[in-house]
Amino acid sequence: MTAREEVLGRIRTALGSERTTPAEVARDYAQVHPVTGPELLDLLVDRVEDYRAAVLRCAPADVPATVRAALDQALGAGWAAGDVVVAPGLAQEWRPEGCDVDDDRPAVQLADRAASVTAVAVAIAETGTLVLDGSPACGRRALSLLPDCLVCVVTADQVVGSVPEGLARLDPLRPLTMVSGPSATSDIELQRVEGVHGPRTLVVVLVQPPRVGG
Amino acid sequence: MTATVPPKAPTFLGLPTAPRGVGHLRGDQSFPDAARGALRDGQLRANLGHATSTIRGKRARVVAEVPDWEQLRAAGKALKAATMARLDEHLEELERQVTARGGVVHWARDANEANEIVTRLVLATGAPEVVKVKSMATQEIGLNEALEAAGLDVFETDLAELIVQLGEDQPSHILVPAIHKNRAEIRAIFARTIPGVDPGLTDDPRRLAMAARQHLRERFLRARVAVSGANFAVAETGTLTVVESEGNGRMCLTLPETLITVMGIEKVVPTWRDLEVFLQLLPRSSTGERMNPYTSTWAGVTPGDGPQEFHLVLLDNGRTAVLADEVGREALHCIRCSACLNVCPVYERTGGHSYGSVYPGPIGAILSPQLTGVEDNASLPYASSLCGACFEVCPVAIDIPSILVHLRAEHVEAQQKPTAEGVAFAALARAMSHPRLWHLAQRAAGLGRLVSRGRPTLPNALPPPVSGWTRSRDLPTPPARTFVQQWTEEHGK
Repeated sequence: MTAREEVLGRIRTALGSERTTPAEVARDYAQVHPVTGPELLDLLVDRVEDYRAAVLRCAPADVPATVRAALDQALGAGWAAGDVVVAPGLAQEWRPEGCDVDDDRPAVQLADRAASVTAVAVAIAETGTLVLDGSPACGRRALSLLPDCLVCVVTADQVVGSVPEGLARLDPLRPLTMVSGPSATSDIELQRVEGVHGPRTLVVVLVQPPRVGG
Repeated sequence: MTATVPPKAPTFLGLPTAPRGVGHLRGDQSFPDAARGALRDGQLRANLGHATSTIRGKRARVVAEVPDWEQLRAAGKALKAATMARLDEHLEELERQVTARGGVVHWARDANEANEIVTRLVLATGAPEVVKVKSMATQEIGLNEALEAAGLDVFETDLAELIVQLGEDQPSHILVPAIHKNRAEIRAIFARTIPGVDPGLTDDPRRLAMAARQHLRERFLRARVAVSGANFAVAETGTLTVVESEGNGRMCLTLPETLITVMGIEKVVPTWRDLEVFLQLLPRSSTGERMNPYTSTWAGVTPGDGPQEFHLVLLDNGRTAVLADEVGREALHCIRCSACLNVCPVYERTGGHSYGSVYPGPIGAILSPQLTGVEDNASLPYASSLCGACFEVCPVAIDIPSILVHLRAEHVEAQQKPTAEGVAFAALARAMSHPRLWHLAQRAAGLGRLVSRGRPTLPNALPPPVSGWTRSRDLPTPPARTFVQQWTEEHGK
């Protein structure tokens, strides 16, 4: 008998011939977060900042300048365009001028870059979580991992309230990375230290819709 | 099997438990014997007390801010119960989906078989070393020892696992395996074992974490094979999930050409949507965060992104024997958050090593004896005061105290010869069901006052077999008059 047949056989023996039908799972927990609109963005900002990540808000027209400001903040004003690598599908107008665009080079070469800039697929306000889905705008997984600074551009329509709302928007067949603040550890006396193997600096550029009538 | 392998333990419905002689589910000593040394170690108790109280506070704060926490717990429990009831079907579906997306699924009856599979897969790549993501399953089966025996170098990459590995130590906590070490002890380990480490390294946790980053960076970048565990595997899509904090998991899951994931069969969940429950319950219960820094999910192989070869090893190693016990099977619902360790008054004082298994604390006290057969971990079901704090915090509401009592009963019933405790309780039962005997016994117990010499408890140097009881418990000095005597005096017959 193969191991497969044997393990499956053991499970059937363990469960017996008269199996009970599993009870219907009551999903009476909150599916959506009660907060909406501008307060939802405020919640995201509050939760992301709680992880000691930085958030810069801007209007759609100001994304390029804000991305540059995010890089200034993370790398110091003297950074060169070649220090920064962006996801291949990142909107053209958001890219810092002259920056490197990720291609099919060996992933480990990305470790030479100081910062990367990507979009996100979804942002979950309640937990301050950004989700990257490996699409061209988010880039492959190594891109948001190896450079020591990660700048993520989030648009307001990508922000949802709760974890269930977030997962419902995602494709489980894509390689997903959920990012909640910079890399961190609590392994030494349960004291949180930000920045271990992943990016030590996380900056979120939050693009807000122009205020209607404002 | 060779003649040197000890016989397999008899089991429930004849299902085999985890084999002896491999892995880390059994200690060399019984719990009370192992705990005695730990209780005398003032440094250990100080480290544990500080760490567990810190994390208890963090957990309580982030759980309190979730208004639907109890509904999430109930859903988590129900989802796990429903999954176990159809475990074979979900595993077959998982296998189909992983295979359809370019992964290879292997089945392992026990630790030996899993170790053989992983070793063979690593050797086939020709790589001389592997990087590892923290994984309870691979600790359980002793995978590192098996890989090292095959001449491979194994690098644990989680900071706490690295501390344990470099210190030639054993993990003592599910989430923070080096919880028993403080910063000064960790500094000393790094200074002694990391080649080329900064001699001026201080015990500041930030500096220590940076030393680990530097030490592992090059190993990540050159790694060709990684081994991980899995927190969840979604049957309907073949999506594997690893929940972590440091980014070492992402390094291992992303950079090498080959990824081998070892997963206990109970980690499967039926649908993607089920993760909306567990990804809320786990981080808040575990590290006390709203969400852990990184969660990675992947389904098979993605061209141009991450490992191009993916193997999934489905591990039994006694789990089906646990499943066969209708009361005990709830232990398989565990999502390894470790909240029960942090609230346990026994764990807080004895630490994790006393349990002799990679699964310490309350969950370990019900899981380890079931995986090995209760006769191989007979002292663990008693390593609890049954206070119930573990049940209160468990994110999937495992009734740990009831399973402890269930296992105690199983252990007692399995005894071939009468024990002193069994004889004593049989005598007590007889006395308590005969009023005359009971009154005589109470008066006789009053004689205990003679040895107490006025102190509130009897001396713990009583002769055997009573010493077996008093070694770890105070026996109060009997009162001068029994309750019945007092009642009779005050109220008449």
